Amino acid sequence: MMMNSSLKNLCKVQPGTIIEGKWHKNRYTIIKELGSGANGIVYLAQFHNQRVALKMSDNGMSITSEVNVLKSFAKVQGSSLGPSLIDVDDCSVRRQTVSFYAMEYIAGPDLLTFINQKGTGWIEVLMLQLLSDLHMLHEKGWVFGDLKPENLIVMGPPPRIRCIDVGGTTIQGRAIKEFTEFYDRGYWGLGTRKAEPTYDLFAVAMILINTAYPKRFNKSTGGITQLQEMIRRAKPLQKYEAVIVNALHGRYQSAKEMRYDMIRNLNEPGKHTQSSYRKGSAKQPIQKSRQSQHKRKGGWLETTLIVMVISILYMIYIYGQIG
Amino acid sequence: MNPGTLKQILLITDGCSNQGEDPVAMAALAKEQGVTVNVIGVMEQDTIDEQGMKEIEGIAMSGGGVSQVVYAQSLSQTVQMVTRKAMTQTLQGVVNKELQQILGSTKTMEDLPPEQRGEVMEVVDELGENVKLEVLVLVDTSASMKHKLPTVKEALLDLSLSLNARAGNNQFGVFVFPGKKKDVEKLLDWTPQLESLTSIFPKLSTGGITPTGPAIREALAYFKKKRSLRSLLSRDDEQFFEESM
Repeated sequence: MMMNSSLKNLCKVQPGTIIEGKWHKNRYTIIKELGSGANGIVYLAQFHNQRVALKMSDNGMSITSEVNVLKSFAKVQGSSLGPSLIDVDDCSVRRQTVSFYAMEYIAGPDLLTFINQKGTGWIEVLMLQLLSDLHMLHEKGWVFGDLKPENLIVMGPPPRIRCIDVGGTTIQGRAIKEFTEFYDRGYWGLGTRKAEPTYDLFAVAMILINTAYPKRFNKSTGGITQLQEMIRRAKPLQKYEAVIVNALHGRYQSAKEMRYDMIRNLNEPGKHTQSSYRKGSAKQPIQKSRQSQHKRKGGWLETTLIVMVISILYMIYIYGQIG
Repeated sequence: MNPGTLKQILLITDGCSNQGEDPVAMAALAKEQGVTVNVIGVMEQDTIDEQGMKEIEGIAMSGGGVSQVVYAQSLSQTVQMVTRKAMTQTLQGVVNKELQQILGSTKTMEDLPPEQRGEVMEVVDELGENVKLEVLVLVDTSASMKHKLPTVKEALLDLSLSLNARAGNNQFGVFVFPGKKKDVEKLLDWTPQLESLTSIFPKLSTGGITPTGPAIREALAYFKKKRSLRSLLSRDDEQFFEESM
């Protein structure tokens, strides 16, 4: 679409090329191109005996910016927010300096391809996984920004959704760095481009709509009327209509809230609730108390065992004294 | 660190200038005065001819800005991207200048190891969020642009939406060329919101010559006029660019 030949040519390298970092001296062998975006090209590369994804860009600023985001994600324990970072460095391609970073290679089809192959039954699972991840990301003070099916890879088996491109990831409260029109609430006239959790949740709703319209569609009248009309016209979307519309309006304050509402909506199809979040959250303590019951049972067993062992030892000691 | 106000001219055109001064020279003049010139070339199905392409790249290069040639459909996204990119470029220049003062050499951000670059980038990001920005939009309204104008209007509304999500202040002005009587005509005076374009744009008449060079000169003068008016009221920190350029 865009004519940005100069940028692409600069970081275009052939398979087999060896990229050597200027600072850390790591060597990567390019295997093939994985994809290209507004800010560079991503390659699959061999590094020692592992496969890594290598993002190269002549725009060092955007590389640095993305590395900052990935570093901050790395501090979140046990997270699957974005790929993990392996290395950052510069290299020289045809005597020009190009910045790059190496990250975990997340293999798998993108969201829409996966659903196309495995069936629409997977939509719910994957969206619930995505909402959990988004909740964690929002808690850490970030907004993903450029959320779209191309940036969502389904790993597995077992299938697990992962976000791959953090180019649009923005600190909450700032202006969204990068976005794609179809998933952007500003484009549809339904909100600002300030980085808020509701911005990402709007994009999730648009991804749901996208599953029924894989080719997307253009803005005609725009606004909520056009989107609602498109939801109504697509049969598979009707069961989520309430959830989608709530997210489009920005009614969910958190990804967790949207997740609960979606679960509830699935368990009681046909009942269109405005916000069943409170009822949903009431379920949580029950689960928790069940867990702690398990714990209590285990604790009791432990205590009796310890008491028995100690008394046996004591008895042996006493017999020893007597003898 | 206070970078003052970022000043940009955003030129939206679909072809070659054919009247008045050389636009590439005028862009260089703007750069000398601390105003960045960005150019967006709008294509239809057909592609822009080589000469037009050369001019677009030339103006942006000598104006210290960013250029991009796009189809009309992807104009919105491009306008905001080009503006943001140019802002970051300018701010990076400001930060580099600061770095050189601290490190006392010709070091720039690229000469730092990647680990330290991250911290500098955070400073640039923060400046980009908070800095004051003035964008003067120059729209080519020669005959061939006629059916692209509604898209241009959409793109400009979209730009104000993107930039107004920032914490920093924005001021936009809109000029069209050729004007009814003169080379250039003021369409919209400095304003933080571009919504009023919705009512003005449909009334625009198109046609005539393409005086890109004189349009840039006029736009530049407009920045100065604004500054001198302001300096009567208060002496603010806008002297920065004279030092840095």
